[in-house]
Amino acid sequence: MTFLKVSDLEVEFCVDKKKITPIEQVSFEMKKGEVLGMVGETGSGKSLTAHAIMGLSSLVGGKIRGRVQFGDKDLLSLSEREMQSIRGSQIAFIPQNPMTSLDPVYRVGDQIVEGLYKHRKISKRAAKLKALEIMEKLQIPKANHVFQQYPHQLSGGLKQRIVIAIGLCTSPQLLIADEPTTALDVTVQAQIMRLFLKMTKDKGIGLLLITHDLGVIAQVSDKIAVMYAGNIVEFGPIKTVFNTPHHPYTKALLNCIPTIGMKKGTLDAIYGNVPTVGNYPPGCRYQPRCPDRFAPCGTIVPKMTKLAEDTRVACHKYNGSKD
Amino acid sequence: MIENNVREHKPPWVVVLKKLSKNKLGLMGTALILCLIFIAITAPFLEPYSYKEQHIEIMNEPPSLSHFMGTDDFGRDVLSRVIRGARISFVVGVLSVGISVFIGVIVGAIAGFYGGVVDLALTTIADLTWAMPAILIALLLVAIIGTGLESVVVAIGLSYWAQYARLIRGQILSLKSAVFIEATKSLGASDMVILFKHLIPNSIGPVIVAATIGIGNAIVLEATLGFLGMGAQPPTPSWGAMMSNGTAYLFISPWVILFPGLAMMLTVLGFNLFGDALIDLLDVKNKESN
Amino acid sequence: MEKFLEINDLSVSFGVRGGLFLRKIGTIKAVNNACFSIDKGEIVGVVGESGCGKSTLARLILRLVEPDDGSVSFNGTDLLKMSKKEMRWQRRHMQMVFQDPYSAMDPLYTIYRSLCEPFQIQRIKLTKGEQRKKVDALLELVGLNSDHGFAYPHELSGGQKQRADIARALALNPQFVILDEPTAALDVSVQAQIIKLLEELRERLNLTFLFISHDLSLVSYFCDRVIVMYLGRIVENISADLIGKTPYHPYTKALIESIFKTDPGEKKLVAPLEGEVPSPFNLPSGCVFAARCNDAQKLCREKLPVLENTGNGGQVACHFPLIPLADPIG
Repeated sequence: MTFLKVSDLEVEFCVDKKKITPIEQVSFEMKKGEVLGMVGETGSGKSLTAHAIMGLSSLVGGKIRGRVQFGDKDLLSLSEREMQSIRGSQIAFIPQNPMTSLDPVYRVGDQIVEGLYKHRKISKRAAKLKALEIMEKLQIPKANHVFQQYPHQLSGGLKQRIVIAIGLCTSPQLLIADEPTTALDVTVQAQIMRLFLKMTKDKGIGLLLITHDLGVIAQVSDKIAVMYAGNIVEFGPIKTVFNTPHHPYTKALLNCIPTIGMKKGTLDAIYGNVPTVGNYPPGCRYQPRCPDRFAPCGTIVPKMTKLAEDTRVACHKYNGSKD
Repeated sequence: MIENNVREHKPPWVVVLKKLSKNKLGLMGTALILCLIFIAITAPFLEPYSYKEQHIEIMNEPPSLSHFMGTDDFGRDVLSRVIRGARISFVVGVLSVGISVFIGVIVGAIAGFYGGVVDLALTTIADLTWAMPAILIALLLVAIIGTGLESVVVAIGLSYWAQYARLIRGQILSLKSAVFIEATKSLGASDMVILFKHLIPNSIGPVIVAATIGIGNAIVLEATLGFLGMGAQPPTPSWGAMMSNGTAYLFISPWVILFPGLAMMLTVLGFNLFGDALIDLLDVKNKESN
Repeated sequence: MEKFLEINDLSVSFGVRGGLFLRKIGTIKAVNNACFSIDKGEIVGVVGESGCGKSTLARLILRLVEPDDGSVSFNGTDLLKMSKKEMRWQRRHMQMVFQDPYSAMDPLYTIYRSLCEPFQIQRIKLTKGEQRKKVDALLELVGLNSDHGFAYPHELSGGQKQRADIARALALNPQFVILDEPTAALDVSVQAQIIKLLEELRERLNLTFLFISHDLSLVSYFCDRVIVMYLGRIVENISADLIGKTPYHPYTKALIESIFKTDPGEKKLVAPLEGEVPSPFNLPSGCVFAARCNDAQKLCREKLPVLENTGNGGQVACHFPLIPLADPIG
């Protein structure tokens, strides 16, 4: 049975009577318990994809089309009420900015318990015990004390752990995390990412991790989806994509990242900018920046081509050749 | 490596005009103000009769074809006096607000920029002026420097500056730690350059809005002082003074009080509508559509 | 030979006020006894987590924040002894590029006008034509063209804005430029463009850079030498070539191990450090890192370690460095 299968997801807005589609033809699938890293630069549409999957049309602000199959249901055809019950209990979301996603006027403990309360019919006491258990697993020191505190009394790392605890407490099957550690210092990021991964693996939770940080993805995910200007351009197992990237964008992106011990002057850059929504070039959206472009790139939109089991790329270079 | 694409770029005034064209109330306000300015400038040519010549024989005549707004108790043409009054109101409004904005911006900017004791002293003075009713200050000042249009202008100017000072102080407090201010400082700019070329221009927007609405207030205050007999001296027609004279004949010739009142209402409405529209217009940084 | 830039015992602390009547309730020592020097043409990086004082350090060197103590000598003259006016003219030799390109330019100024400003402020008399030529040359230098001059900051992309900011910093032909996280707000592909541009500019204009960043990989790639800061103190000063191999300070090592490497082969998710950077409020007397250090001993909590030469061209402030220091005599 499929766990999560997204096919031809598309979001359409109307701006000044002009139709624009910030994300188009987004298709991918996840197996149960898998970690899928979704990477892209600003404006690639990765956060929007997450919101669209969750059916958060108020956050998306446009029409969502396509199919999001989760288990045996198509999420996009559900009513808002059905979706709400799924959102809390089976799919959880960790938003981009943990610093502002906690409500400043409620104690953090109450915010964790709230989710449990809503979706699992358990007593207040049981809910608190469950919350404390999760907090301890997330290595929150003095969990009992933190439970009674307000968000502003906590450090950035602690707040982030609380947000993760809220996401995990209802034991969802799928967790969507949007840049969960971007706002944190490197040493804290290393701690939290490790804990986060351990918890999801232990509980068999599928994790869709959205980030711009290729390093985090390399260390954490099983598969990777590379997004560029609203399209997925490459999809595949983490080792394949990092060791033998196919799409020129993936290749270039990997060469943009400086590493310790890298020789000076060997850093590569990508010419130009990510096109802004509504100003996409014709044909392949990466084509104006691509060093390998040839005749069809400027006119025909490349389709996802299957290269191997689980490995797909949207580039004319691989069209037709079936190896 | 070179990024050659420049995003479509429009000069700020184009953006402002485009936004204004979409704002109906703002357009109405603009039209009213433009009318007032036109009337104020061309008053001597627009007046059908002299504003001061008295004709006892046509005293308190109701509106007719020869006198659209009727005549007052001295037989003067009300229309001509309303037109000439527009000039007085406009001049008083603009000059007095000019004075308050000038004082307010300097005091507020210095208080916000230097902080500490300077700030405390200036803010206290501003708060004290702010706490006194404007009309009381104006009355006091008129009593000291004497009646007449000039003293009315100075009086109104001195009673309204505190609100502009507070506005600009708040703006400067929040702007003074902005990165571009630090950047200018690191180029070796003096305090004056930072204050006058960056901080004040960037914080003047709300002051302009308040000043526009303030012109309306100043016109009303002038009328009030005129009504109390302290503004322009006869036979100079100020709307307030005209209305004051008209009260005696309210039931015999209501047009004497009605038309200056209407003119004032439209003027104040015009400045208020335009001021409201400005709040939106001056925010050039936010693109007109996203 | 005198050093290009030499910083000695530079310190600053900020009073924190709170409670009723805004009494002084404590002090934050933002930068504490910073000592280092930069040679002409060198790129020195300063790295550390939030609150380590790296940005304050930059502002102290440029006297955008007045230090409490210490000296900054630039080409042999002490900047801190200069009068306010002398300092203003001195600024043309030392410039800064700021972290957030979105707010580093006056939003009411076109890029052209912002680029003219350095000349006006430093009272460099130019005719209209000369000014135009200078600005166009500057724009070209950073990979923009004269069309960008007509734009307002909000009309440019983040990368273009950062180029314009670099152009402004270079307008007065400075010898020394401080780069305060110039790429932190940008995407990796644009970051790489800016880094390449800076590499190129340094070659062409013979510049000296102080590069401030929280990204150790970037710093170790771009810089010749790396200064690691923790809670207002310099804990290590090490050559960029050695940092990946032989760091002396446990904190440097922890920073390196915290980086998520883009190599999926080596999955290593051990957190090298527990806890978070403590509040810089009223620090204890010992080593600032002792509370999080895995190797901390009694001595570390009691006595503050001072910077000592490693014998490798670097310095470290640790009682128990990871590699024993070379014998000071040998």
